[in-house]
Amino acid sequence: MAAKTLTIDGRLISAAEDQTVLQAAKDAGIQIPTLCHLEGLSDIGACRLCVVEVAGSNKLLPACVTRIAEGMQVRTDTERLRHYRRMVLELLFAERNHVCAVCVANGHCELQALALALGMDHVRFEYRFPKYSVDITHHSFGIDHNRCILCTRCVRVCWYIEGAGTKNVAGRGAECRIITDLNQSWGTSETCTSCGKCVQACPTGALFKRGSAVAEMERDRTRLEFIVNAREKKQWIV
Amino acid sequence: MDHIDLLETKNRELRTRKPLCLRVCMAAGCMSSNGQAVKDSLEKEIRAAGLADQVEVRRVGCLRLCCEGPLVASDPKGELYQKVTPDDAHAVVAALKNGNGELKRGDLQHPFFSRQMSIVLENSGVVDPERIESYIAADGYQALHHALMEMEPKDVVDTVFRSGLRGRGGAGYPTGLKWSTVAKTSGDRKFVVCNADEGDPGAFMDRSVLESDPQRVLEGMAIAAYAVGATQGYIYVRAEYPLAIARLNTAIRQAKQLGLLGGGIFESGFTFNVEIRIGAGAFVCGEETALLASVEGRRGTPRPRPPFPAESGLWGMPTLINNVETFANVPPILRRGAEWFAGIGTQQSKGTKVFALAGKIQRTGLIEVPMGMPLRTIVEEIGGGAPEGNQIKAVQTGGPSGGCIPANELDTPVDYESLVRLGSIMGSGGMIVMDQSTDMVDVARFFMGFCMDESCGKCIPCRAGTVQMHALLEKILKGQATLRDLQRLEELCDMVKNTSLCGLGQTAPNPVLSTLRFFREEYLHRLRSLPISPGIPILPNGSHHGPPVAEAAKT
Repeated sequence: MAAKTLTIDGRLISAAEDQTVLQAAKDAGIQIPTLCHLEGLSDIGACRLCVVEVAGSNKLLPACVTRIAEGMQVRTDTERLRHYRRMVLELLFAERNHVCAVCVANGHCELQALALALGMDHVRFEYRFPKYSVDITHHSFGIDHNRCILCTRCVRVCWYIEGAGTKNVAGRGAECRIITDLNQSWGTSETCTSCGKCVQACPTGALFKRGSAVAEMERDRTRLEFIVNAREKKQWIV
Repeated sequence: MDHIDLLETKNRELRTRKPLCLRVCMAAGCMSSNGQAVKDSLEKEIRAAGLADQVEVRRVGCLRLCCEGPLVASDPKGELYQKVTPDDAHAVVAALKNGNGELKRGDLQHPFFSRQMSIVLENSGVVDPERIESYIAADGYQALHHALMEMEPKDVVDTVFRSGLRGRGGAGYPTGLKWSTVAKTSGDRKFVVCNADEGDPGAFMDRSVLESDPQRVLEGMAIAAYAVGATQGYIYVRAEYPLAIARLNTAIRQAKQLGLLGGGIFESGFTFNVEIRIGAGAFVCGEETALLASVEGRRGTPRPRPPFPAESGLWGMPTLINNVETFANVPPILRRGAEWFAGIGTQQSKGTKVFALAGKIQRTGLIEVPMGMPLRTIVEEIGGGAPEGNQIKAVQTGGPSGGCIPANELDTPVDYESLVRLGSIMGSGGMIVMDQSTDMVDVARFFMGFCMDESCGKCIPCRAGTVQMHALLEKILKGQATLRDLQRLEELCDMVKNTSLCGLGQTAPNPVLSTLRFFREEYLHRLRSLPISPGIPILPNGSHHGPPVAEAAKT
């Protein structure tokens, strides 16, 4: 496969031609913030945190689904992008009930970590305080919709890695929610294999192992990548 | 069927026509005001008068002036009767024989009719939408025959390209260019998709075309399929259009019976089948990638482009997706030539555009006008201006993705570029007229509420941003907002516009941005001064006894 050269944040780098801007930047040691992206899963360009400026395009492009091109000039960290990213986070914090102090993922949460990293220290928008339930009918896992940011990592991991197709999204707009099978309680699901990959994929405290107390829900993201590598490349490298 | 059969069908239809004809509008507008009963009553009256062999009562599509329905047109007298009731049947039949019954006669010389130009709607109100013979009698399927027998696919693409036709769904992408891309992309199979998921509030152009002349859309699709090398077509139509769906089903069945759809069309090697897919009520499914996902049976959410559907559409195959009106333009272009079409309209925008004229205007209904006609001609001459002598304040085009054009910009020609310059868009053709009594902040809030409800929820800026913008607009309407809230609203507009995944989110702020641009004072007048001194009571209507608002706005 041919390599191409491009400029990211003023640095000349080379990358394989089928790589995305996000992958190329990562290989070059440039971090672009992401939320819906997870190594091993197909990208959907939904969270808009990874949007970058590309010279010659009047639109901001999501780095996770934008292929590199020869001579491409990418900027990943302008003041405008930082501003938009902070707003994305503000909107997420205002949307549901993200109360870190009583969250199982406190200290291990990607949303929280991004807010710290991007300097989102307060929310200027009105908190919506929606009333959402917690489903702990499954024997091992639970889902707290109050913490869900609808990144659909759990849905994708369930469909495309486990292949069970248990998780899905119902409703639309702000009413969207993650459902199990035909919108039934998780414990009654006939398709769930209880593999727990969705719990490992969740960036916040929405999906958790039952019994986890505040700040106890740590996850191992590398397992997914390991499984995908094993399956697709026949490589069992830990 | 071959060409001789086609001409024979046409001649038989014309030969067997009765000398007198009453065309009764049976599109959804007139149907909903008792049109079916009017038609039944007319048929009964004609049988009773013993005129059954002289007078045809023809079911037709939209006769345009929807506000005066049910409408009945009388041929060859050339009269249009408005607000016809079943009891008027006697008078209508008497009028056929020069009787002068009490009927409300429409003025066909009025600019509403005389300033229109029909290409897409040339058969609307003329042919029977449930009889393919009626369409064939109006030279239907001649263009398809011409394309299949006398043109190479690339010549068809070239003709559409040279005609200058641009997508009528709203964005105005050059149709020929899109066809050419699909034609040049290789794939095991290719698809042609007709987007009939018309969802803008106040828009009913596509519905009217499908209800009035469904065969024309099928013919346009078949020509497109031949041009790009597709064998299967889908029409994605919303479930809220039951009459359009029923007529499309009838049209597809009849076209198949005559060998105009299916295998070996016109005894050539060309095969094309069309199936209907019914939308379940999500506005976002009008966005092409969401529509394709829905056709495939998946959740209707957009995905980032590229890849564009032309490259990777239905089941990963090259897919041509055009709007109803775009396909409806194709048969006349092939029949009358690219140069004829390119001679209509402006330099950049060719042909005509169908608009659904609605709102605070005397004459509401369906109109088709050449591109480049000044907005003033449309609303003041064709539409007759605002009722009761009121002043027109603004015209909203492009639905929730568009903007409000203020009265002092009414001389703007209606073409793709001019409307974009004013912060609006052509859109699919909804045109809502507003008069002095309209509150522009409320208009913005209405459209934002619409986008909020219809956001698919996939990307965060659109899902959560529309909720916050809607909340801020409500706050402004209640008189509880400050200048800081307004700044926040503008900040959100900018962010949602620039970071959303699909067109729905990217254009959702447009109604706010355009009303802010032209009617900013209406926002400022609703702001409360900052801060409220302690002890000042807030009135039940949300306002308070603070300093005058205009002063606060200056600070």
